Amino acid sequence: MKKRKLWAFALMLLLVLSTALAACGSDSGDGEKKPDGDKGKDNAGSANQTLVFGRGGDSTSLDPSRVTEGETFKVTVNLYETLLNFGEEDTTVQPGLAKEWDTSEDGLTYTFTLQEGVKFHDGTDFNAEAVVKNFDRWANGDADKFPYYSSMFGGFKDDPERVIDTVTAEGDNTVVMTLTRPQAPFLKNIAMSMFAIASPTAFEKGDDEFERNPVGTGPFKFVEWKPNETITIEKNTDYWQEGLPKLDKVIFKTIPDNSARLNELLNGGIDLADGINPADGKRIEGDDKLQLFERPSMNVGYLGLTVTRPPFDKKEVRQAMNYAIDKQTILDSFFEGRADSAKNPMPPSISGYNDAIEEYPYDPEKAKELLAAAGLADGFEMDLWAMPVPRPYMPDGAKVAEVIQKNLADIGVKANIVSYEWATYLDKASKGEADAFMLGWTGDNGDADNFIYVLLDEDNIGSNNYTYYKNDDLHKLLIEAQTEVDEDKRNELYKQAQEIIHEEAPWVPLAHSTPLIGGAKELTGYVPHPTGSDLLSNVEFQ
Amino acid sequence: MLSYIIKRLLQLVPVLLGMTFIVFLIIRAIPGNPAQVILGQQATPEAVAALTAKLGLDQPWYIQYFDYLGGILKGDLGDSMRTRLPVADEIWPYLAATLELALFAIIIAVIVGINAGIISAWFQNSWFDYTAMILALVGVSMPIFWLGLMGQWAFALELQWLPTTGREEVRDPITAITNLYVIDTIIQGRFDQLWQVIRHLILPGLALATIPMAIIARMTRSSMLEVMRSDYVRTARAKGQKMFWVVYKHALKNAIIPVLTIIGLQMGMLLGGAILTETIFAWPGIGRYIYEAINYRDYPVIQSGILIVAFIFVMINLVVDLLYGLIDPRIKYD
Repeated sequence: MKKRKLWAFALMLLLVLSTALAACGSDSGDGEKKPDGDKGKDNAGSANQTLVFGRGGDSTSLDPSRVTEGETFKVTVNLYETLLNFGEEDTTVQPGLAKEWDTSEDGLTYTFTLQEGVKFHDGTDFNAEAVVKNFDRWANGDADKFPYYSSMFGGFKDDPERVIDTVTAEGDNTVVMTLTRPQAPFLKNIAMSMFAIASPTAFEKGDDEFERNPVGTGPFKFVEWKPNETITIEKNTDYWQEGLPKLDKVIFKTIPDNSARLNELLNGGIDLADGINPADGKRIEGDDKLQLFERPSMNVGYLGLTVTRPPFDKKEVRQAMNYAIDKQTILDSFFEGRADSAKNPMPPSISGYNDAIEEYPYDPEKAKELLAAAGLADGFEMDLWAMPVPRPYMPDGAKVAEVIQKNLADIGVKANIVSYEWATYLDKASKGEADAFMLGWTGDNGDADNFIYVLLDEDNIGSNNYTYYKNDDLHKLLIEAQTEVDEDKRNELYKQAQEIIHEEAPWVPLAHSTPLIGGAKELTGYVPHPTGSDLLSNVEFQ
Repeated sequence: MLSYIIKRLLQLVPVLLGMTFIVFLIIRAIPGNPAQVILGQQATPEAVAALTAKLGLDQPWYIQYFDYLGGILKGDLGDSMRTRLPVADEIWPYLAATLELALFAIIIAVIVGINAGIISAWFQNSWFDYTAMILALVGVSMPIFWLGLMGQWAFALELQWLPTTGREEVRDPITAITNLYVIDTIIQGRFDQLWQVIRHLILPGLALATIPMAIIARMTRSSMLEVMRSDYVRTARAKGQKMFWVVYKHALKNAIIPVLTIIGLQMGMLLGGAILTETIFAWPGIGRYIYEAINYRDYPVIQSGILIVAFIFVMINLVVDLLYGLIDPRIKYD
């Protein structure tokens, strides 16, 4: 009796197990699966215009002026608007809440004419006074409260270094800003999503209250925020641009693990997924229910050489590193061809890019010659810092480091790969503790200054110039370019700057990558923006 | 009994105090300035210095420690540096998410583990015994993240039976009351949503349950085998008792004590395993909350988060100790 019971039980278990195993063994990858029945995915027609956007991290705040991380801007760019906008696919300056603008001859006065009849989500009128209140709020703050305001506009109200002197309203629809000195990328800075115009009624209730209850003029209104889980925004039915937005709702869902995010996209649980590994791009392209989007590149991945640490204090050694590394193999192996080889510290899409520069070819023999010329014919030993986290500009730091290690071994240099947890890595690198380190940068406003000055000028040693590279000629050029309002003259200055950097070789520039986003086939109107913050007002399900 | 509980609770004070001290020192030994991390790569050195001062990080460590301790005694767990909210206010939803998942996992682990162990012991050296023990060995050795991704691939992608990530169907969000979604949906009478919550629990729950399930099964088996050889079991058999009752009533009672200890320890381990599971399954729980706080160097959150987890851990141990007495009256508390 008892034996029979056990047999029955065992048989059951066997059945369950074999079903599971059969499931594991079934053929995959044809993407012919039916979507989950109770996912509520009926995207045919306009029955359900709810978009679920899967991403790697949650926002820190919903007040874009108070934070520095991209996950916040991805959401706020849809809640708020700025006086000026970037172009749909680039960082050209376009009308935003200001329909026209005018610059004085000396570059010190900017006059903005505002859109009329615009209201904030809470019913407050958008007008010149509201703009003034926003700028006053920032100018009366401090660097730890409004970090971007201080880094883009030089400082606050009484700071001698500040760029913005006064912001005044003239009537209801005109705002005049005066500057203490000309600032070439001023209009681009104004278009950055951190300088979003918020409802004064809302932020006057207190900053801490406001960052959880955002009120702007944007195409979507805030609904709810479940920390580390979802942020939900819905259609602003009173939006001033006729016919927009097309979606009823957008839900930003946090899925930290890249593979899990891809699984969720394949499964239909989310409609868009950013941070797709280059290796998974083909899979999405091959799936007839999905489409792959490429974000225009506005980044650079590089190997920095700390010039204060011998032997990288010698120019020949730094150049030798440039000849020694086989960039093409790295691009083919780890970027799946979705990146361009880099020769300058900024991508070609940025105004002022010097295309006349001749890239260092892969030439180990030449590298050995240069080492010999520097008195290092027998090579040397060094630490090679590998990035511990995937970033858009560096999908797999550890593996790329192994290729570089092999390349260096070929010229007699012994590289020991070291890695630290990300915050530690940045902290130690900024103190100049690395011999050579992998790092990268994604631009904020599409301006050359935001790459070259931020990453290689002596003013930024100790913050973003981790190489400790210092060059007086370069510094002069970069400072001059900051106030040069004539576009052609300014580009000329940057071209000269890139020549110096190329010759001096504080970096081995590696790649300008194209970040990937996967989406459902039925999505239309989605255009990934190079800044990484995508405006979703034109997106809809067909 | 009551005096025993009070004594035990008093003993907790130095344990938790020592723990806050150790955690405090360890996280400050990690390189990386929270102010720098919060302000990002763009920050000017002046801004970093200003925020460092504002957060009180320029004070000597012992002053910082006593400030923190003083706060705790007043019931103030500090404010998160990143979100600027009091930790005490923001921690509950994360804790609730983890508790729901961990309870689900431990229930599965206990039910399956104990029964598998009993059957293995009952039919020692049968093929069931061998199969169960091999599976247990595999289960113990399986990395959670691999198991989790495989589970997603098999049941969510290939079979389309279960959802991949999260706690709820985001297109039909649940209104949080207690933040324990099983309870919230029942309160609101939304049984369709309750079904969704359970479906979301299954994959991460199983991934989290695998290791404790295997450990409980092995412990139960060895403990049962020992008891089955004892005289009183033979006596019960000789009296003509049904084997089923002998095993599940007489033998199990004595065999369960060491298993309880293991279950208590495993519940503590679950809180650790939760970090990986929560990352793979995008589960907004306390493991990920603390993990992200470590990445951001959010000191108050790391300190208080670990303090709360430790508190839960020691409370579980206390409950286990009290259960011994209920099961085996010979165990005395004095």
